[in-house]
Amino acid sequence: MREITFLEAVREAMSQEMRQNQDVFILGEDIGVYGGAFGVTRGMIEEFGPERVRNTPISESAIAGAAIGSALTGMRPILELQFSDFITISMDQMVNQAAKLRYMYGGKGKVPMVLRTPAGSGTGAAAQHSQSLEAWMTHIPGLKVVQPSTAYDVKGLLKAAIDDDNPVIFYEHKLLYKTKGEVPEEQYSIPLGKADVKREGTDVTIVATAIMVHKALEAAVELEKEGISVEVVDPRTLVPLDTETIIESVKKTSRLVVVHEAVKRGGYGGEIASAIAESDAFDYLDAPIKRVGGKAVPIPYSPKLEKAAVPQVPDIIEAVKETLNKRIVTYA
Amino acid sequence: MNKTVKLPPQITKERLADLYKEMWLIRYFDEKVDEFFAKGMIHGTTHLCVGQEATASGAISMLKDIDKITSTHRGHGHCIAKGGDVNKMMAELFGRTTGYCKGKGGSMHIADVETGNLGANGIVGGGIPLAVGAALTSKMKKEEYVVLCFFGDGASNEGSFHESINLASIWDLPVVFFCENNQYGMSGSVKEMTNIENIADRAKGYGIPGEVIDGNDILEVMNAVDEAVSRARNGNGPSIIEAKTYRWKGHSKSDAKKYRTREEEKEWRQKDPIARFKKMLLDKGIDEKYLDSLQEEAKKTIEDSVEFATNSPEPSLDSLMEDVYA
Ligand SMILES: Cc1ncc(C[n+]2csc(CCOP(=O)(O)OP(=O)(O)O)c2C)c(N)n1
Ligand SMILES: [Mg+2]
Repeated sequence: MREITFLEAVREAMSQEMRQNQDVFILGEDIGVYGGAFGVTRGMIEEFGPERVRNTPISESAIAGAAIGSALTGMRPILELQFSDFITISMDQMVNQAAKLRYMYGGKGKVPMVLRTPAGSGTGAAAQHSQSLEAWMTHIPGLKVVQPSTAYDVKGLLKAAIDDDNPVIFYEHKLLYKTKGEVPEEQYSIPLGKADVKREGTDVTIVATAIMVHKALEAAVELEKEGISVEVVDPRTLVPLDTETIIESVKKTSRLVVVHEAVKRGGYGGEIASAIAESDAFDYLDAPIKRVGGKAVPIPYSPKLEKAAVPQVPDIIEAVKETLNKRIVTYA
Repeated sequence: MNKTVKLPPQITKERLADLYKEMWLIRYFDEKVDEFFAKGMIHGTTHLCVGQEATASGAISMLKDIDKITSTHRGHGHCIAKGGDVNKMMAELFGRTTGYCKGKGGSMHIADVETGNLGANGIVGGGIPLAVGAALTSKMKKEEYVVLCFFGDGASNEGSFHESINLASIWDLPVVFFCENNQYGMSGSVKEMTNIENIADRAKGYGIPGEVIDGNDILEVMNAVDEAVSRARNGNGPSIIEAKTYRWKGHSKSDAKKYRTREEEKEWRQKDPIARFKKMLLDKGIDEKYLDSLQEEAKKTIEDSVEFATNSPEPSLDSLMEDVYA
């Protein structure tokens, strides 16, 4: 099968949908001839024209609200926010409006929109352009939250997000844009709420999201050399979360490490750990659950500090070894 | 342009020569940074103000030391003009401990609180409310300083701009909102992104004065800011100044500049604020050799800053968790 980049897969998913559905359009800052801050929409204004690839002023509150209002009245907008950090400016519209309108109106109306946005650190863009704020969004009933990790997944998940009748926050990790993978040319959909086991193993389960899926897979290769068999589960969507797949995996391995780039404190890893603690997989655990996440610090500029602020492969390896060395002792 | 621009009375010939040198410092600084990014020697991204030196130098030259500024992502010029140390700036770009932010901020977050630079900002429009708050302190504590708030044409489409101007207006705060209209946001031209002729026209909607000036004419910038700052200092509230200018380089380190023409760029290069200032100074009888020596000195200072930066240590991992809380 042909290989394309994650970035190309995002563009292809949007373009294919826009070719068939006139209600789908994109809006965002510099998405026209500039092609967006990361080049995702490059070439799209040439194909679809400025009516459907709408270059907006720098007005994150208004463009989020306009996306929501148009969705409520029959369009299916895709909003590109240049950096996920700027969701703070769109937050009132997303949290107080998009997420709740249908419920507040007693089940009337719907907001079928996708807010796509590049997230994460690793580019040296420092504290206001490098955050991973997805846990905030997962806390809001009414929003769905997607965090794809591969070119194949991103294409199928974006199709599902566009087809979904609810507001979906769709995170694209910047460092994934250039990663390549096999991606079918035709359209396909990956259901929201379906985790993917990225690697099978028997000794320990790592649940990792976005860029950390790749770091976890690297760690797994290293650990295999020492005879440790790691299973890597990628939830792909945080809301809805496929707890079943995670529970099954933990029942098999009896050990769980959760890894995300976002700050560990208050991060989504806590939700995953709790889901296991509350499930019947708890009885299967042979060691305490371990969470690996970003340090509770704004992302620094210096490349060395920037790396140290978020989990790296050795941190994951260490966490896996710690869980393997710890045992829960039960007293009868 | 043949009009005779009066100099603000406090400005001496020596001060003008200083400003000329300062403009070269700004230009050489940003050209150096551009070179390092192109060579991949600096990490992250940067926004250069080459071509916009007259707004930074002209506007800030009208402030007193006690006055404060808020800057933008395109803030190297503002920092230098406010008395910033180019060594510390260059070191910051290299991510070194001797940098303004100890290597934690980079280009977009350089701040120099001691000289009254409350910081560059990675959030477009993010600094505007901060300027209003700083002006509020001045008023409440009777500190008598004025805040000069820089922002771009693009930023004037953020809600933060509109909310801030209204707040400063109803509270009569000592702040001057200074728009560097360089014709574009990242790629969005001001013509497409607003339906008004001038950003300064927005002042009307908030009941404050607004003025449009040639931002590539340093004397015009100085005069307008002098008046606005005096008004603010005398308790007569905020105003907007819009300086029309142009950024010569791309928006940030990677920009194919498809949204504008090479002809337009050429036209604006002919309005080079430094060359125009030089001509004015020559007309005032300042010796050309002297001016050229100032330019040389500026170049050398920037070269020395590179030396300083590259010889400075990288931050230790121990510093990662420092300074999160006061
Ligand atoms: C809230 C926010 N939205 C978008 C961006 C991305 N961005 C950085 S600079 C810029 C253009 C800003 O234009 P303007 O205010 O005119 O300043 P200029 O770059 O022209 O100096 C954009 C869109 C950002 N940093 N912050
Ligand atoms: Mg601009």
